[in-house]
Amino acid sequence: MTTVVLFYLFAVVLLGAGLATITAKNPVHAALFLMLAFFSGACLWMLMKAEFLAVALVLIYVGAVMVLFLFVVMMLDVNFEELRKGFWKHVPLAVTVAIIMAVEMGLILHSRAAEVVVGGLPEQAAGYNNAKALGYLIYTQYFLPFQLSAALLLVGMIAAIALTIRKRKNTKYINPAVQIATKREDRVRIVKMAAEARPTVGEVVEEQPKA
Amino acid sequence: MLTLTHYLVLSAILFAISVFGIFVNRKNLIVLLMAIELMLLAVNMNFVAFSQFLGNASGQVFVFFILTVAAAESAIGLAILVVLFRNLRSINVEDLGSLKG
Repeated sequence: MTTVVLFYLFAVVLLGAGLATITAKNPVHAALFLMLAFFSGACLWMLMKAEFLAVALVLIYVGAVMVLFLFVVMMLDVNFEELRKGFWKHVPLAVTVAIIMAVEMGLILHSRAAEVVVGGLPEQAAGYNNAKALGYLIYTQYFLPFQLSAALLLVGMIAAIALTIRKRKNTKYINPAVQIATKREDRVRIVKMAAEARPTVGEVVEEQPKA
Repeated sequence: MLTLTHYLVLSAILFAISVFGIFVNRKNLIVLLMAIELMLLAVNMNFVAFSQFLGNASGQVFVFFILTVAAAESAIGLAILVVLFRNLRSINVEDLGSLKG
């Protein structure tokens, strides 16, 4: 009974925070509401006894991705009022589509063909540990995909850095290859010319008039 | 008693809300990315619910992979957003027409 009450509490918070995220005027508020949504999502997963993923969700999303969002939002100097123009224009279409989608999914859930399991959470064996079970799966059956996802994260990190790195246009830098390949003839020129007489003392050297 | 249907209906509503968000915030790229994250949360909730109520932990491993991909996606998406803002001084989706003939 308590779990159902908690479920409805967290569900209401989750849906409210989701709505607030997409309707917030200030994107900083939107990011903070998104944090709240993810946090209540993690609480809901905890109610299902999926504690490893609940903690992972808080760590990854609330800890890392949302901070990234906040960082980017605060870094951009954008007039967000401008971007909200036409907000109400799209509302009727958006509401229609959203309601149609929700009703469709609800119809599928309530149809006989779906055969959604009824009943509560199956009892776990004594000493069952969610994190341990997932660890066994990740390091045996799903070992290759796990490694691939690690490589994917590395690629993502490199791509993010490569995209945002900024080179200064007027930086003077040394190119060692050019430096080494330089020949003496490129830099020094020996000119043969006849010797000139020194100007005698007292003679005024005429200065060139400045142009 | 908490049943699978509770979670499925909740994630269906959450998904519909984020579709609503994508329609409504058609200009603001940041909020579009946030709506995509909300959609992924809804999908992940389905995965976890099915996995726990059917007693098969593989679904949670998939959620783990989805979290990884989503993290990489948002990192690259935000990097593209920053580059875009640097070049165009705008994150309005309607300004992104440079490939238009």
